[in-house]
Amino acid sequence: MTISRKMTALAAALAVALGSATYAAATLKRADAPQPIRIGIVSFLTGAAAAPFGIPAQDAAKLLIDRLNKGKVPAPYNIRGFGGHRLQAVYVDEAGGASQAVSNYRQLVQSQNVDLVIGYISSGDCLALAPVVEELKKFTIFFDCGTSSLFQKPLAYGFRTAGDQANDAIAAARYVLTVKGKSNVQSIAGINQNYAWGQDNWKTFSEAMKVLNPDVDVKSSLFPTLFSGQYSTEISRILSDQATVTYSSFWGGDLDSLLQQGIPRGLGQATQLILSTADTALPEFGSRFPAGIIVGARGPHGALAPEDNALNQWFVGEYQKAYGKVPVYPAYHMAQAILGAKASYELAMKKFKTASPTEKQWRAKLRGLTFDTPSGKISMTRALGHQAIEGSAYGISDGYDAKLGRVKLTKVIRYSPKCLTAPPGFFLYDWIARGFPGATCP
Amino acid sequence: MILIIVDGIVKASWLFLLSVGLSIVYGVLRILNLAHGSLYALGGFVAAILVTDWVEHGRWEEGTFLILFVAAALVGLASGPVIERGALQWIYGRDQALQLLATYALFLILEGLQIALWSSESFQTYVPFSVLGNFALAGVIYPWYYAILLGTAVTAGLILWAFLNRSRFGRLIAAVTYDREISRALGINLRVVYVITFTIGAFLAGLGGAMSAPMVSVVPGFAVDATVAAFAVVVIGGLGSIGGAAVGALVVGVAQAWAVHEAPDIEVFAIYLVMTSVLLIRPQGLFAREAVRRI
Repeated sequence: MTISRKMTALAAALAVALGSATYAAATLKRADAPQPIRIGIVSFLTGAAAAPFGIPAQDAAKLLIDRLNKGKVPAPYNIRGFGGHRLQAVYVDEAGGASQAVSNYRQLVQSQNVDLVIGYISSGDCLALAPVVEELKKFTIFFDCGTSSLFQKPLAYGFRTAGDQANDAIAAARYVLTVKGKSNVQSIAGINQNYAWGQDNWKTFSEAMKVLNPDVDVKSSLFPTLFSGQYSTEISRILSDQATVTYSSFWGGDLDSLLQQGIPRGLGQATQLILSTADTALPEFGSRFPAGIIVGARGPHGALAPEDNALNQWFVGEYQKAYGKVPVYPAYHMAQAILGAKASYELAMKKFKTASPTEKQWRAKLRGLTFDTPSGKISMTRALGHQAIEGSAYGISDGYDAKLGRVKLTKVIRYSPKCLTAPPGFFLYDWIARGFPGATCP
Repeated sequence: MILIIVDGIVKASWLFLLSVGLSIVYGVLRILNLAHGSLYALGGFVAAILVTDWVEHGRWEEGTFLILFVAAALVGLASGPVIERGALQWIYGRDQALQLLATYALFLILEGLQIALWSSESFQTYVPFSVLGNFALAGVIYPWYYAILLGTAVTAGLILWAFLNRSRFGRLIAAVTYDREISRALGINLRVVYVITFTIGAFLAGLGGAMSAPMVSVVPGFAVDATVAAFAVVVIGGLGSIGGAAVGALVVGVAQAWAVHEAPDIEVFAIYLVMTSVLLIRPQGLFAREAVRRI
């Protein structure tokens, strides 16, 4: 072999070695790069619940995922993504009923291979999905639905980072008795949608009222079909009942339709109307929203969010900048779910000393966790650490502030979770019937 | 009692506008149009958009009533001939299961169209509902809009009846209803009869939707519950009969109003209890004959 041949062979060997080393290094680098975390985000993107609920929730998810990926969310959430792992979202429409929701969930888990599912506004969908979540063993956070029946059977893979309907209904009962005075509330009536959410809401509200004001008379309990839209007869019944207080947990298009038909007929004047989800209707109705309505936001969210909370100020500012409107409560619930997932993921990284915790480790750290949100601290302390407790707030509409472009709320009262949540070991309705033992209320 | 009657009539007016087009189309074309509710929804959307535009331009608010009828006419004229010529003409005389599947496919297409056009939008067309003010009855406030709704339902029913029973073209439609083959042999242009009848049905569906728009939040899917109610009305009254649609609407409306005022626990089932009771006694509905079709 000549020298030049030897040199050529050496050069070739070097080239191969260098190439292999470069390839190996690149491969190693890719392997070392944090794998993205895929999150399925499910909310109503079409239909009656899209505009007031699903779209604001999706907007909040898009905003937070973008800012988290850029590392632009304030502390304690200023690490990029989830512990450096970039977030990838797969958005799915919740519309189509419970069986469609189940089918879409299976596809998200089995075809899209998401690491986490955050979703579901409808209580019916949540109840239908609970057993499927356990069957497919997929980490799932129910972010908005409010039925109290979700954790009747303990769930290992399912969590809910928002309070259930009991918070809204108990806080509503306490609020109306405070602002009107017990002796001025002689009778109550209810109009709620005929499914788990509406029935649970009315049962909790009416039971709480009977305990807090034993002389109260129940005038009527109306349960029209979900999405029926036409409430001419129900409104006549409420107007003729003349109950002191009428409670409704109507939401979405049904709430808008009730207000649309009820406002011109004097519904707001004939009875003290309590609307536990009215926060979503405030931007829709604007200056047409009547004064004197008791407004809820399913927790201290939206128009009732704490104004002095730095995370809330950031969230409202970014949301307004991105979408030109204020966030309503479903956006807050979505933020709670995403921030809870992030806090628990990063805690699992620290606790288990790993850059990529397993799903089991991740879930373990959400169980019982307390974390910061734009609405204040959320604690996962019920249902064996799978269900959040959160406070609530109510206020009374007091006209439209044209300068700020929003409905004014006065007489705002905030309730801590200790006032609204049954202590461990108590079944909700037993706790109410026994007079709320252990409750600490304003 | 007075409230039950008034509320029942209000509900019946709405139900009649919802269902009479469905009944007419079945009576003449012998097709149970599952897409009827989608045409109702289109009427709602078009009315909501036109009325919103009208009000935003500061125009005469009472003029919004006219806009509701314009919206219904637009829906009828735009969708009627297209659907009849494009889809229904291929399934006349075919197996009923096939007809149901075909109109169900139409329903899905039209629902998809709504989602594509107005996916997350909600329209609130409140002006016509409140512009005329209210009146009080037995201590309960009612908007005058309900009187407009009743007037529209009665007028639509009377015009339809007069058209079908007193006009020349109406008699041609009646002839086709009774015997298609003989009518064709006599020189009646079936194609024209079918197109016009279906367009009338689409217009009535659109009118139902347009009259509903001022009362409800118009969003994709808002017509689903109304569609179920419309089918219950025509089943009770008897498919293919204007009188049947009117009586069916009245029975359902009053039954629901009675349930809400007197027995709220059965409100949701009231419509089905009535339907089951009627079908047990008269399986063909109150006004339909078993052998002879009427319109």
